[in-house]
Amino acid sequence: MDTTQYLGVFIDESREHLDVLYNQLLQLEKQPGEKAVIEEIFRAAHTLKGMSATMGYTDLANLTHKMENVLDGIRYEKIAVDTSLIDLLFEAVEHLESIVDDVENGGAGTKDVARIVDLLDRVEMGESIQTHDRKPAPAVEATETVTLMSVGGLDEFEISILSESEGRGYSNFEITVQLRKDCLLKAARVFMVFEVLEKLGEVIKSSPSVTELEEENFDQSFTVLLVSNMSKDDIYQNVIKVSEIEDVTINAFSIAAYKEQQTAQSETTTAADQEAETTTSEDSSSKTKKAVNKTIRVNIDRLDVLMNLFEELVIDRGRLEQISQELKHQDLEETVERMTRVSGDLQNIILTMRMVPIDQVFNRFPRMIRQLARDLDKQVDIEIIGAETELDRTVIDEIGDPLVHLIRNAVDHGIETAEERKQAGKPEQGTIKLQAYHSGNHVFIEISDDGAGINKEKVLAKALANGVVSKEESLLLTDQQVYELIMTSGFSTAEKISDVSGRGVGLDVVKNTIESLGGRMSVDATLGKGSTFSIELPLTLSIMSVLLVELGTETYAIPLSSIMETAIFSKKDIMHAHNKKVIDFRGHVVPLVFLSELFDSTSSVNQEDDAYVPIVIVRKGDKLTGLVVDSLIGQQEVVLKSMGQYLTNTFAISGATILGDGRVALIIDSNALVR
Amino acid sequence: MANESATYRKSIVFQLKDESYALPVDQIGLIERMQPITRVPQTAPFVKGVINLRGVVTPVIDLRIRFGLDPKEIDEATRIIIVHLEEMEVGLVVDAANDVIDIPEDAIEPAPELVGTVDVDYIDGVAKVDQRLLILLNLGKVLAKEEVNDLNVLEG
Repeated sequence: MDTTQYLGVFIDESREHLDVLYNQLLQLEKQPGEKAVIEEIFRAAHTLKGMSATMGYTDLANLTHKMENVLDGIRYEKIAVDTSLIDLLFEAVEHLESIVDDVENGGAGTKDVARIVDLLDRVEMGESIQTHDRKPAPAVEATETVTLMSVGGLDEFEISILSESEGRGYSNFEITVQLRKDCLLKAARVFMVFEVLEKLGEVIKSSPSVTELEEENFDQSFTVLLVSNMSKDDIYQNVIKVSEIEDVTINAFSIAAYKEQQTAQSETTTAADQEAETTTSEDSSSKTKKAVNKTIRVNIDRLDVLMNLFEELVIDRGRLEQISQELKHQDLEETVERMTRVSGDLQNIILTMRMVPIDQVFNRFPRMIRQLARDLDKQVDIEIIGAETELDRTVIDEIGDPLVHLIRNAVDHGIETAEERKQAGKPEQGTIKLQAYHSGNHVFIEISDDGAGINKEKVLAKALANGVVSKEESLLLTDQQVYELIMTSGFSTAEKISDVSGRGVGLDVVKNTIESLGGRMSVDATLGKGSTFSIELPLTLSIMSVLLVELGTETYAIPLSSIMETAIFSKKDIMHAHNKKVIDFRGHVVPLVFLSELFDSTSSVNQEDDAYVPIVIVRKGDKLTGLVVDSLIGQQEVVLKSMGQYLTNTFAISGATILGDGRVALIIDSNALVR
Repeated sequence: MANESATYRKSIVFQLKDESYALPVDQIGLIERMQPITRVPQTAPFVKGVINLRGVVTPVIDLRIRFGLDPKEIDEATRIIIVHLEEMEVGLVVDAANDVIDIPEDAIEPAPELVGTVDVDYIDGVAKVDQRLLILLNLGKVLAKEEVNDLNVLEG
C-alpha cells in the first residue's frame, strides 16, 4: 500500500499522541493509581501502534505494542507503578519520539529497540520490578471483563427486566456466538441463532444491534443477553446445533455486577472531571486537546497562501475605494463600503486561524524540567497557567528556544538543591511557574521560580570584573537595573559552570531574540525568594501597526511599538552638540537622525525654507532618538513581509509591506537608529 | 559537455546592450513588464529595490549596472525576469526578453577570456546558435551576495 500521502498526517498525529503519552506519564507519576490517566496513556499507545503498523513502521509498532502490554498490566493492577517503571516508560516514549523524528526527516523509521523491548517484556512478565501476585487465572478474568463490556449501555427498562427475572427464578445469560470464518450467510445464521434463543427464553439485548446483525455489519461474533429458565448447558447444546458456528460462550450475567461496573466507570469519570476543575497545568492542556478534536488539519502553507491572496484582495479593495471616491457613484460607493466591512471581518478570521495555543510550546517543558531536575539532583515542580493563550504561529515558532533557555536557567541557577532549600526553610521541592496571558495587543509570558533570587552584590561584582559597567556607573544603578545586567553579553553568575545552561552566553541572546520579535524582556527578583523573567510579545508578527511617513516621494513605515510620540519642531529649536543635531524634548536632550539624508531620499520639500519639521520620537529601552521626516501620513495596520533571501541585513530596514496602491513600503528598524 | 547533438538546453534569451544572454528556463519563474520599484537605501547601486510580485516582496537588480554597463532609460521593451536560485527569488532588469530557444549541448563552448564587456566570472560558457552568439550566465555568481549591502555606515 502506498502510504506516502498519509505521512504528514501520520507524523502530526504521532506527535500529538507522543505529547499525550509524555503528559499523562508525568501525571501518572504524581497519581500512580489514577485509572483515567492509565486509560489515556493506553489509548494513545494503542492508537500509535495501530497507525504505525498501518504505515509499516514495524519497530514503532513493536515498541508501542510492548508498552501497551505493560500498560495493560498496570490497568489491571498486575504491575505496580513505581519510579523505575515510569522511567522505563519515559525511555520507551523517547525511543518512539526518535523514531518519529527519523520518519519525519525522511528516514525509514527503524531503530534498534531490542533492549527496551526486552526490558518491557521483563516488566510484563513481572521480573525485576515488584508485582502484585498475579491472579491465578487472569485469562478468565479477562474474558469476563471483555464480555461484560461487550454489551454495554443497558437502559433503565432493560435493567428492570433483568433484575425482575433474577427475582422470578429465571437466569440471565450473556451468550457470545462465534461464527465460522468461512461462514457465507452470516445474517441467516444470526437469524437461526435468534430463532433458537427465542424458543429458550427472551432476548433482551444484542451487541451489535439486531439491525446491524441483519445487515451483516459485524465481524465473526456477536453477543446477546438472554433471560431464560434453562440451564447453561441446555442453551449451549441448542445453539451449537446451528451450523457454521465455531463456538458459543455462555456466562451468567449478574445485574448487580453490571451496576457495580457502571458506577465504577462513572466514578472514574467524575474523579477525572473534578481533577480537571482543580488542577491547572495538565488540564488546560487536555482541554485544548479536546478542542483540537473538533478541528480539521490545514497545511500551514495553505494558510499562508490564503493570507497572501487576502492581502492582494485588500490591495484591490484600496484601488476600488479610490475609484469609487473619484466617480462619486452612490451604488458603487455603497457596494465598496460593504465590501470593506466584509473583508475587515475576513481579515480577523484569517488572522485568528493562524493563532495557536501556546500550549504547543509549553507542553514540552514538564518533561524537560523533570529531566533537568534529575540531572542536577534537584526537586523541581512546574506549574503552567494559561496554556490556552493564543499566539500567531510565527511567534510560536520563534519563542521556543528562548523559553527553553530561560527555564534551564531557572532550574540551574534559580532553584537551589534540596539541602540548601531545607536550610533556608523552604519546601525541598522548588516550583517553576510558567504563565501566559493576553493584555491588549500583547502576550505576556512570565517564568518565575521560588529559588535563590538574584544576588545583587554578586551581579555587580561580576559586572565590574567583566567591564560591563564602570565603577561610577555601578553606584547609580537601581536594583532593577542591576538585575538587567545579567542579560548583557558575557555574563554568568552561577559559581559552577554546568552542562545545563552553559557559560552564560545565554541571556543576552534570549533578550536579543525577544527584541528582534518586537518584544521586550525584563527581570525582577527578591533575594532568597525567587526571580521572575517577563517577556512581552506582539500577538502576531505578520500584522503590525505602523506610522506611515514620507521622505521625498517615498513612503516608509515606522512600527508604532517603538514610537514614543510625534512632534513638530521649529527649525530654530534644533541645537548642535558635539557636532550633532539635538533637540530639547521635555527636558531631555534627544539626538536627531535626518532620515532623508540617511536614506538619500530626494526630498521634495526644501527643508531650508520650511520653518517646522515633523519629528518622530522613537525609543529603545531608555534611550530616545528623534527621526526627522518630511511629513507624517498616518497610522495603518500593515502586513509585514520579509524582503526575501537575497536582501538580508539591509541597514535600518526590518522588512517591507504592501500599501493600498500596491506599492512596497519599507519598514524602518528604529532600533538600529537609536544610539 | 555531451557529444550527442540530441541534448538541448532550453533557455530564455534576453538582451543587454548589444549582447544576447541566456538562462536555462528552469531557473526562471516569470517575465514581467516594468513596474514601480521601491528603492532600498544603503544597498549596492545595482540593487534597484523591491517590487510587489503578487503579494510577495521581491528584490530587483539591474543587470546592466551589475555587469558594469552604462544604465539605460526604461522603455517599452524593458523586462523584469524573475529567477529562482535555491531559496532566493530575484528580479533581473534587462533591456528585452523575447526568445525561448533550444541550445544544443554541443554548441556550447567554454567562455573565452574576453567576451564583450561582462566579467568572465558570471559566464558558464558561450553558444553559437543560428549565427547568434549567446552568453550563458551563471546565476549563482550573478546573485552572489557579498556585494549586495553597501557600506553600512550611519551618517549623522
